[in-house]
Amino acid sequence: MIFKVFKKQELARLHALLAVNIIVGPVSKGNDRNGKPLYDFDVVYDFSDLALDYTQTVHSPKRFVLPYQETLSTFAVSRDGWEKHVDLNVYRPLVFFGMHACDINALNKLDLVLAQSTYPNPYYMGKRKNLFIIGLDCNPEPQCFCRSMGTDSAIHGFDLFLTDLGGKYFAEILSATSFDLLSQITCQDPSAKDLARYKHVTSEKSKHYTASVDTSDLTKILDLEFESAAWDYWGKKCLSCGTCANVCPTCYCYGVAEQVDLDLQHAGKTRSLHSCNLIDFAKVAGGHNFRPQSASRLKYRYYHKHRGFVEAFEESLCVGCGRCGAACLADITPPEVIASVRGKE
Amino acid sequence: MQNKLTFLDVLDPGPGTHRKQDPGSFEYTLPAEITSIYPLTASEKLYQIQIIDPDQRNRFSFRPGQFVMLELPGIGEAPFSISSSPVRRGDLELCIRAVGNLTNFLARIERGARVGISGPFGTSFPLKKMQGQDILLIGGGLGIVPLRSPLLSVLENRSRYGRVDIMYGAKSPAELLFTYQYEEWRRFDINLGITVDRTDKSWQGRTGLITELLQERIYQTTSLRNNTYAIVCGPPVMFHFVCKMLTEAGLPMQKMFVSLERRMHCGRGKCCRCNIGSTYTCLDGPVFDYWSVMNLKEAI
Repeated sequence: MIFKVFKKQELARLHALLAVNIIVGPVSKGNDRNGKPLYDFDVVYDFSDLALDYTQTVHSPKRFVLPYQETLSTFAVSRDGWEKHVDLNVYRPLVFFGMHACDINALNKLDLVLAQSTYPNPYYMGKRKNLFIIGLDCNPEPQCFCRSMGTDSAIHGFDLFLTDLGGKYFAEILSATSFDLLSQITCQDPSAKDLARYKHVTSEKSKHYTASVDTSDLTKILDLEFESAAWDYWGKKCLSCGTCANVCPTCYCYGVAEQVDLDLQHAGKTRSLHSCNLIDFAKVAGGHNFRPQSASRLKYRYYHKHRGFVEAFEESLCVGCGRCGAACLADITPPEVIASVRGKE
Repeated sequence: MQNKLTFLDVLDPGPGTHRKQDPGSFEYTLPAEITSIYPLTASEKLYQIQIIDPDQRNRFSFRPGQFVMLELPGIGEAPFSISSSPVRRGDLELCIRAVGNLTNFLARIERGARVGISGPFGTSFPLKKMQGQDILLIGGGLGIVPLRSPLLSVLENRSRYGRVDIMYGAKSPAELLFTYQYEEWRRFDINLGITVDRTDKSWQGRTGLITELLQERIYQTTSLRNNTYAIVCGPPVMFHFVCKMLTEAGLPMQKMFVSLERRMHCGRGKCCRCNIGSTYTCLDGPVFDYWSVMNLKEAI
């Protein structure tokens, strides 16, 4: 990896250089009812709109690669039959300005199942491969347990990663495009002082983690505690609303529905993100539901994230961003659920 | 404009792209036509579905136990077990019960209708390994549908297999499927046992549970350990009792196969609707050996 440092004011120039493309980044969206600032990823037209000191966005960046709703194909229906047209809904590259390490890791995890497995999903791949990602270092929030999940730093899956050193940015360069970009602004090789400062910043960050999850032998514990009463306890609290999957950066489960146009000559096939907590997730035609209780659905969500995905890809599907716990209407958080399943109240 | 990023087309085929790894095939369906429809019972019909392009039809190859996704534009897409013999290739037979959106629409459709077929997907029964061995095919209700493809395959190569037993149970005589073929099957030197839960006046055969049929079969041999393979397909409660009986009769878990049903929206391991614990029914199933099923939480 190649490292560079540049002065903070150069970042606006970097933005200007990239402005021929569509730029998406964190923007401020007002305050919640407790006065806490809210952030979201949105298209940025002006550098001053970028809220680079953002804490955590309520929604993850997944909608830019996995839209909540997307037309998979359309049909032209005639008397003699029908024709299917497929459109991947991706037409141009997108620059992501200021993505935290957890979200970069979330995309890396989605790559494993959606792009690098059998039957790769072209709708996802098209959007993912056309992302230019500038990562940004962060300060842990109270809900963040990314360190437990090993996703507190990103080692691949971005083009450029910036760490704030005070007056300067420390840049990790991972692609030729980003190297080329940096050559167009004023930047230097990091001095011994910059390196010392970088090490200081990262060690300071480590001190601020408050939430954690014990992941040791978690796959086995989940199997051993499959019938645990803890699932019923959390199942009773769970409202089965699916908010957790909505804000999760790695929840990718979906449903497909087809519609006929009013003229009866066109039809469409739409993919919508679904949540395994919703009651009809595993219901088959005929009415049998393989997971009728909310406890079994909640358990399945943890099972998929921390057990099934590990078995398939050697790593957990959870990045520890804590968005699900922060958004949950019933205050169910992964650190608490996993601790109680382990028998540590 | 120097920094304008280049657009990457993921559908641009690279060298040596494997079909399963080709993103272009993801939403691709083979145009097919419903060539005939036989009503089997009040709610089930047998659809003959032919892939229209002769070249695609001949290249379409599947193994018994696999399924296809059938799509009707604007109505929906759903997985169906193939119940025809693999030698017929892209000339498929699907037995479909009218029970949901798509299947109720299919029940009203006439022959000549165009549908989209994608697949075949999933795992299959290991018929090669079963050669030289006795075979037990145990089906309950609609479970006979995925059993018909391995059965026809066995009948076509009858001399390669030992004793073949089919045990089939339905709720009532009116719900028995493929009744017109029983005599034809019997001509191949197989033991066909049929039982129903509720009888009616016309019924001359057995009444009772499928486990009673199986018990009689088990009494006829000392152990199923060395020379038998079993395929079980039916409702979850049947799996439970039948698999338990077979295990007690000495049949090793890895020689007992089941075909499971789950909700599916893609058939390609992407929508997660068919997950059982850590396993995708569409990729790792629908055919599982009993060991895998035991090893999975909430499978049956």
